[in-house]
Amino acid sequence: MYAQQVETGTKAIKSLAEMGPEERAFQEKIDAEIKIEPKNWMPDNYRKTLIRQISQHAHSEIVGMLPEGNWVTRAPTLKRKLQLMAKIQDEAGHGLYLYSAMETLGADRDEEIEKLHSGRAKYSSIFNYPTLNWADMGAVGWLVDGAAIVNQVPLQRTSYGPYSRAMIRVCKEESFHQRQGYEILLHMMRHGTQAQKDMVQDAINRLWWPSLMMFGPSDAESPNSAQSMAWKIKRHTNDELRQRFIDQTIPQLELLGCTVPDPDLKWNEERGHYDFGEIQWEEFYEVLKGNGPCNRERLETRRNAIQDGAWVREAAVAHANKKQKQQAAA
Amino acid sequence: MSEWTLFEIFIRSKHGLNHKHVGSVHAVDAEMAIENARDLYTRRNEGVSIWVVPSASITATASDEKEPLFDPSEDKVYRHASFYELPDEVGHM
Amino acid sequence: MTKYDELTEFLLRLGDSALIQAQRLCEWTGRAPALEEEMGMMNVGLDLVGQARNWYEYAAERINDDTDTDADTLAFRRDERAFRNLLLVEQPNGDFAVTMTKQFFYDAWQFHLLTMLKGANDERIAAIAAKSLKEVTYHLRRSSQWVERLGDGTEESHQRMEKAVDAVWRFTFELVEKNDAELALSESGNIPALTELPGKWLATVNEVFAKATLTVPDAPNTFYLSARTGMHSEHLGTLLAEMQFLQRAYPDASW
Repeated sequence: MYAQQVETGTKAIKSLAEMGPEERAFQEKIDAEIKIEPKNWMPDNYRKTLIRQISQHAHSEIVGMLPEGNWVTRAPTLKRKLQLMAKIQDEAGHGLYLYSAMETLGADRDEEIEKLHSGRAKYSSIFNYPTLNWADMGAVGWLVDGAAIVNQVPLQRTSYGPYSRAMIRVCKEESFHQRQGYEILLHMMRHGTQAQKDMVQDAINRLWWPSLMMFGPSDAESPNSAQSMAWKIKRHTNDELRQRFIDQTIPQLELLGCTVPDPDLKWNEERGHYDFGEIQWEEFYEVLKGNGPCNRERLETRRNAIQDGAWVREAAVAHANKKQKQQAAA
Repeated sequence: MSEWTLFEIFIRSKHGLNHKHVGSVHAVDAEMAIENARDLYTRRNEGVSIWVVPSASITATASDEKEPLFDPSEDKVYRHASFYELPDEVGHM
Repeated sequence: MTKYDELTEFLLRLGDSALIQAQRLCEWTGRAPALEEEMGMMNVGLDLVGQARNWYEYAAERINDDTDTDADTLAFRRDERAFRNLLLVEQPNGDFAVTMTKQFFYDAWQFHLLTMLKGANDERIAAIAAKSLKEVTYHLRRSSQWVERLGDGTEESHQRMEKAVDAVWRFTFELVEKNDAELALSESGNIPALTELPGKWLATVNEVFAKATLTVPDAPNTFYLSARTGMHSEHLGTLLAEMQFLQRAYPDASW
């Protein structure tokens, strides 16, 4: 899940009877699966929550380029290089689609990015882990993109029109990402040397738990989650999505011939789902607080990119203004 | 404040359909907006023509205008082909 | 050090230049001055890796020895002395001004060269050139516009561009020098005569620099270095050490 713990500003959910006429009309539209569009009336908290959620999602796409950027200069073949470049480029593109959807809510992209750079906005915890061998490029595609897809598929039906349309586009394009990642791993396991197989297992060992944390803590108790579900900007609970991810991933893991670092993982015939061990949430909260292995580096890289590029963006504006004046004078 | 201007992007796909709104980009002028739109929205061979319009230049209907603007067309069924019943002998028309 | 026949050396010059230029673009990942630029630079990079692969595949077929040479071994298993890329493209990225100046010089060279090669008698060369030219036409348009914007933007951007031109101009001698090997290739009918390439390249530089309010320096004067004989600057070795790491560290692996 690329958006974690989005604050909704809600303590308790209002019933239709407690709402004013505008809000009731709004909620009834949502209940009837009618999309909310930019110029429609919407509660202030709905707007703010969406801005937080979509920007967090967009920030995650942009920061998410960095762990892969770490290997794009070392990709082992021309084919793998092309695939990885295309995937990273898609991530920048998806960030831009999402910022574009966010801007229809009246938010400003540059301002929201500034919030990220000053530590006031979050992005997915997963991108604060380092990529330490080439198999990580496979594991990121398979597990991280896989977890993201599980989250994003239901968001195609989210209540806000521009967000929903952006997600449809993202999902369509992202289908190759997970397959690309899995194929990297499968090739290494089937045709690789022992050293390569060890790389694959090592990558899975490091990324398994952080991937499960992407869905966020259990949200049974959270009023934020309940409100987001009522607004249909979130369509399933964190636990439901996490279970769905595990259930679909384990058979793929077995096909690889690898294991996950969880002794408690086993199929539960009665539930029809896999049981799994306890997630170390202290680690998740530490990473979210900025204490993950790469938080500082990731933010510093993004901050530097924008700061170092300031003169370029200013020059482009100055040049456009000059040209406009020349045309006006002509 | 944004450093660059927000442009809305419209793309016509290969199949001869109308230009369709796909999203927005930031750019300093229309020329750059076209290039940025090309790089962002046509990576998978989606388009053959791009329009760019500064977002600020678009005037849209407000939600409270929905009824006066669009409801009157709801009862003008005679504008639709299916309103006219013709005998089968006429064939396809 | 293996020296191939002249046509193969020529193909490697094209392939190596495209790959090394793309490798430098990859280094910008997540660091571009605007998010829109991430898209643009990566598009150019993708085109160039694709071009490199096409040139390498042809070169590999021509080499056709018993060492299983293919596009990947050419890219990832040769030492720096065997690389034939332009010295220009192996230079470090520096700031965005240096990067765009390099890109522009390279794009202009590619544009005119590919335009000529499109008419080559060698059908394979003609086909790769025609396909690449479509891509490069767009690359040149983009980099020309950036040179213009930065040259005629703010005082700071103008100064940075002047510094950038000063830094990389000396490596452009390779784009305008007369060359016996290519002369021989055109005389044997493989490729068209490239005698007009230097003049056309310089004309494009003059035109764009005029709009960019930049001064075109005097003819570059560089000695000793030459990509044609694998006499590179020191930067190529470290670039290759990074790019070739996996293939070198795990020679028996399959990726």
